[in-house]
This record gives sequence, C-alpha cells and structure tokens, in this order.
Amino acid sequence: MNTTNLNYSGKSRPPPANTVGIVGWVRANLFSGPLNTFLTFFSCYLLWLIIPPLLDWTVFSADFTGNVGRDCTTEGACWAWLDQRIAQFLYGFYPAEAYWRVNLTILLLFPALAYVLFDNLPFSAYGRWFSVAYPFIAAFLLVGGFGLTGITTDKFGGFMLNLVAGLSGIILSLPIGILLALGRQSKLPAIRILSVTFIEFIRGVPLITLLFVAVIILQLFLPPDVSLDQLVRVMIMITLFASAYMAEVIRGGLQAIPNGQYEAGQAMGLSYWQSMRLIILPQALKISIPGIVNTFIGLFKDTTLVIIIGLFDILGQARVLQTNPDWMGKVDHETFLLAAIFFFIICFSISRYSINLEKRLDTNRE
Amino acid sequence: MARNGKQTQSKAFRLINLWTDERSRGLIFQFALVLGLFIFIAFIVSNTIQNLKTAGMASGYDFIFDTASFDINQRLIEYSSTSTYGRAIIVGGLNTIVVAIFGIFASTVIGFIAGILRLSSNFLISRLVSVYVEFIRNVPVLLQIIFWWVILLALPKVRQSLSIGDSIFLNNRGVRLPSPIFEDGSLLVLSAFIIGILLSLGIKIWSKRRQELTGETLPVGIISIILIVVLPVLIYKLSGQPIGLETPVRGKFNLRGGFNVTPEFVALWLALSTYTAAFISEIVRSGILSVSTGQKEAARALGLKQNITMKKIVLPQALRVIIPPLTSQYLNLTKNSSLAVAIGYQDIVSIGDTVLNQSGRVLEVISIFMVFYLTLSLITSAFMNWYNKKIKLVER
Repeated sequence: MNTTNLNYSGKSRPPPANTVGIVGWVRANLFSGPLNTFLTFFSCYLLWLIIPPLLDWTVFSADFTGNVGRDCTTEGACWAWLDQRIAQFLYGFYPAEAYWRVNLTILLLFPALAYVLFDNLPFSAYGRWFSVAYPFIAAFLLVGGFGLTGITTDKFGGFMLNLVAGLSGIILSLPIGILLALGRQSKLPAIRILSVTFIEFIRGVPLITLLFVAVIILQLFLPPDVSLDQLVRVMIMITLFASAYMAEVIRGGLQAIPNGQYEAGQAMGLSYWQSMRLIILPQALKISIPGIVNTFIGLFKDTTLVIIIGLFDILGQARVLQTNPDWMGKVDHETFLLAAIFFFIICFSISRYSINLEKRLDTNRE
Repeated sequence: MARNGKQTQSKAFRLINLWTDERSRGLIFQFALVLGLFIFIAFIVSNTIQNLKTAGMASGYDFIFDTASFDINQRLIEYSSTSTYGRAIIVGGLNTIVVAIFGIFASTVIGFIAGILRLSSNFLISRLVSVYVEFIRNVPVLLQIIFWWVILLALPKVRQSLSIGDSIFLNNRGVRLPSPIFEDGSLLVLSAFIIGILLSLGIKIWSKRRQELTGETLPVGIISIILIVVLPVLIYKLSGQPIGLETPVRGKFNLRGGFNVTPEFVALWLALSTYTAAFISEIVRSGILSVSTGQKEAARALGLKQNITMKKIVLPQALRVIIPPLTSQYLNLTKNSSLAVAIGYQDIVSIGDTVLNQSGRVLEVISIFMVFYLTLSLITSAFMNWYNKKIKLVER
C-alpha cells in the first residue's frame, strides 16, 4: 500500500494553489478554456478601446469654462454651457424666482412616497393622508393660485416636465389599470368587452398617435367653449396609455392567484369589492411588482415623446441648445449625455429598488 | 334572515329585488354603462360635427385621391410628387415595415448573443454586457434615436466620405452601399439558392422521420450548407458570374453608383435594434435560466454533447418561456419606429403628418395610422402565436 497518498497527520492537505485565491478565481472565471480566454482578451481590448478615450473626452481634455461654443477649443467635451444652462435643463422656462416651488414639490415627494411604501413609520396615520393629499399640494405648488403667483403650464419644461408628466401618469395609471384588469376578468359581458377593447386598442397603437390625438383631435371632441390645457391633455393620454399596459401586468398577477382564494372570499360572505380589496388584490399586486415597476420606468422614459408635439422637456432643451448659434456643433454629445444620465440614474435606481422589494416580499411569502 | 325575507317576498314583485338579485343588478349595471357610453359617444360626435362646421373643415376619405405634391426620398414603390396622398401613405407604411423588419432581425441577433454572453462564466464579458444592457434599457429610445441621427449628420461631407474597403462610404448624407447588378443567368443562381433551401428543409424533415424509425442521424447541417451555399456558388461560377456588385466610386463632387441609405434610416435602425436587443437579452437570459439544471444534468448523464444539450434540451424548453415576451418586444419595436417623425425618416406617421397638415383631414389621417398599427400588431401576434403553438407541439 502506498502510504504517501494517505495523510495520517490529522490535517487535510490544502487544495492546489492554482484553484484558490486570486489565481484560482482568475483561472476559473477568465481563462477556463480557449473560448473563455478569447472572450477575456476581447473584452480587455474593448475596454481599452472605450474607457481611456471616453475618460479623456469627458474629463481630462474637456473645456469647463467659456461663454459661447467658440471658447471650447480643446478636442474634448465642451461643458462650458453647464454653468448658464443647467437651470433650463432642469426647470425649462419656469421663472427663476419660483424654482423653490419645484424643489419643494420634489422634496415633499419623498415623505409622500415613504408613507405609501413603508408601514412602520412614525405618525403613519397622518402620513397616509399626506400621501393622498400630495398630488393636490404638488399641483398647487407648481401652478399656483390661492395666494401663490400663477404660473401657466407652458412655462413647464426641462427635467421637471418629465417628472411632472411621469409622476402624474404613475399615480393615475395604477388605479385605472387595476379597474381595467378587474373589468377584463368580470363576469358581466358588457364590462369585459369594453375593457378588452380599450386595452387592446391602446396597446396596439404607438403612443405618438395618441399624443397626436391629444393635441389635434381632443379639441374637436370637446364643446367649442371648453378648452383643456395642453399639458393636461398630454397627461391624460400618457395615463391612458400606461394604464392599458398596467392592466395587462395586473391581469397576469390576478391569473396567478389560485381559484381557492376567490372561493374562500365568497365562502366568507365577502362582497366582490371586499374580497378583491382584502384577499385578491394584495396578493396579485405583490406578484406583479416587477411588471408594474417596468411599466413605470417605460412610462417615465416615454415622457420624452412630448418634444414631438412641441413641449420642451429635457431632451427638448438639449435640442434647443444644440441648434443655438452660439453653441452649434459643439455640444451635441454633451447635452445628450447629460439627459441620458438623468434618465439613467432615476430609472436604474427604481429598477434596483424593485428587485430589492421583490426579494423582500418573496421571503415574506415563504 | 335576509335570505328568508327574500324567499317569502319572491312572489310579490318588488323594485328593490332588482338591486338585491345579483343577476338583475349585473344587467342594470351593464345597461347603465352601455347607455352612458352611448351618450358619451353621441356627445363627442355632435361636438366634433359642430366644431368641424365652425372651423370650415371638410371631412371624408376622398382626399386620398388628391395630388400629394411633396417628395419622399426613400421609396420602395414608384412615387413622385404628382402621386396621390393615398400612394404617399402606402409608401410610408412600407417604410415603416422595412425598418421594423430590419430592426427585428438585428435586435434578435444582438439580443440572443448578449443574453447568452450575460450568462457566460467569463466574469469580464458578462459584466461588460450587463453594463450595455442596463445603460441602454434605462435611457429613453427617442433620445437614442436622435443621438445616432446627430452623430450621423456630423459625419464628413460627401467629398470627404469615409470609406470602408473602398466599397462602403459613410458621409453626412447617409451610407452608400454597393448595389447588386443582375445580368442574364442570374435567375439560375437565385433559383438554385431557393431550391437549395427547399431541398435542405425536405432533408431535415426526412432525416427526422428516419431518426424516429431507426435512430440513425444524418449530418443535416453539413448537407444543408452544401445545398444552400456551395451549390449556388458553384452555379454562379459555372454560369460566368451573372450577379455583379456595382461599388460606388468617388466622383468629382459626388459618389456615383451603389445605393444610398439615408442617415435617418440608419439612425432609426441602429437605435431601435440596440434598444430592443437590450430587452431581448434579458428575456433570453431569464428563458435559459428557467430551464432547471436537472435537465442539463440529465442530458449529460445520457452522454449528450454540450452543443446537442443546448440545441435539443435547453433551447426548446427555454423558447417556450422566451416567445411570448419576445412577441411583445417585436411589437414594441414596430410601434417605436413611429418615433421616426422626430428625425424625419419618412415612415407612415411622418408622411401622414405632412398629409394631415396639407389636407387638414385630421380625423381621417389619424384613423389611418391607428388602423395600420392595429393591423400590424394583429398580424405579428397571430404569427407569433402560431409559432408558439408549433413549438409547444414539438415539445410534447
């Protein structure tokens, strides 16, 4: 018997040096085969191709000072406009002395959201009412009236316009979407047919055609002496659009609830609305969280479409600056990059939060 | 109590019974809804008629026979500024379909590659692809479309065109590609190509039947390549190379020959396909992850090779999960192509917008948009449902 293979000292021998530690990790994750090795080198090449020039362009050889595009003389990015134009990117043509109203609206959003999302906060009884009142407070702050100077909605612009259109769409589309999803499952044929027609029609056409309807046709539908604000019309259409998608997401959640739950509700003698509110919807909404959040993100991104009908959101402001004679040809990439970063930060953090929420709720269920 | 009361009173008709009885309540509810809807529609129609009358706007679809008198730079069918509005709208519809088909093709290819790479055990490449997916997914597609367009317009002027291998030229008027020239005998090559495809399909079906009976397999892949690629190339060489390429040549002021793809098309296509591909890659990734590892282990236990495991075990099961969301991505891409109006690619919305401004028939033009997109949606989802059913059958 070959005793060298048996270790009687009581300790097991350490694993080979090339399977543990950094070396082991590199071997396993980067060079575990010919294809893998090729991919590693290929990625390194790509990174080398992208990162240094990008850093050089955005930071190291960029211009940060100047008053017009001609002042940017280096090869890199031209960030000189940031100083004078960032306010327009954020607030559009909103009067500068009223910026605090926008800021306050956004600041108040956080407690309003927190009271909806979390249960165990102090003063939660009042907090709930605050959340309910928030849309009205926001509208009051932004538009004015009742003591505040009135500001017409055509002054809204920049990223603030995206936020206003997106948030109002999000707040309104969820309840409408829930009603539509319930309508689609209803036993009453008229309600079911109407819901299905509405959902499928809205999902079948692009948002831009609905925005055309909002801008061109909606005025024809209304009595001659009534006129709706342009922004309100757009918000109505964005909300309807998002609620059709929301309805489909929630329908998926409703279908995942076993029949026993519906029957249990009936057996308890609950009315339709009671069993929906207490039994079915809490479970269905929990399942549909990823879909709901994705719809929110999609809706928020879709708010950029307002530039096609002549409103100046952050993308519109970027275009305005790009076609400004002072800056023409100098700020194309820079302005897009800034707008993209704004959207990326918000959408990416929402999606990360939803993954987090999903995980948390999932452990609760087990 | 209530139930007893209801039973004793059931003979004597009472108005309240209509509300307490579930069926009649449902009927009342639906009746009220339909009535309300009719009143609402009547309200809208009467307002519209009145508004149209006061604005002095004409209505009706007869405008599609009027002369359009504007030009379209990308057209698949014959069109000139003397053609009718109707024809202009058809040209626009075809342009939408073209960009959608090219976009669907590219986004599927990029999306599948990215989805598989994201699952790769290679740390570097999977992170790199994640960055691409997350960044593209979280930035509005309209921004990306305009971004690519601005980049393409910033390319050098025609006289300083960038060239790739002296056959493809890039400039601020688009991309100039070599165009194929068909001479006599090219029909032979094309038919050889089509026959090759049909033959290899036939062989595939036959070999499958044979495999089910005898268990023997044929190298179908190699035979197909020979039939589809080698055979037409052979005929091409033998018949004296009847299909040529006309490469663009630098002239004094302009490029001659070849055909030009507009920057609008390229920008729209690039943005739509990379954007949709990011979503498709997520779908592919979750589809592959949804196949349980037991399936792969079972295949390995049976001694199947890696690529056969992927092809015969993992992908067929993953596809069942992938197809339904993939369909909605294709539909999204088609609908997103309407954003072309922002950069002036002449799709149906963009041309329709011009028609709408010239003719003033707002209701009619927008109804044409909606019917067009609804039809496209229905056709795409019908096709994908058929395909979905087909793979479901294969699986059992």
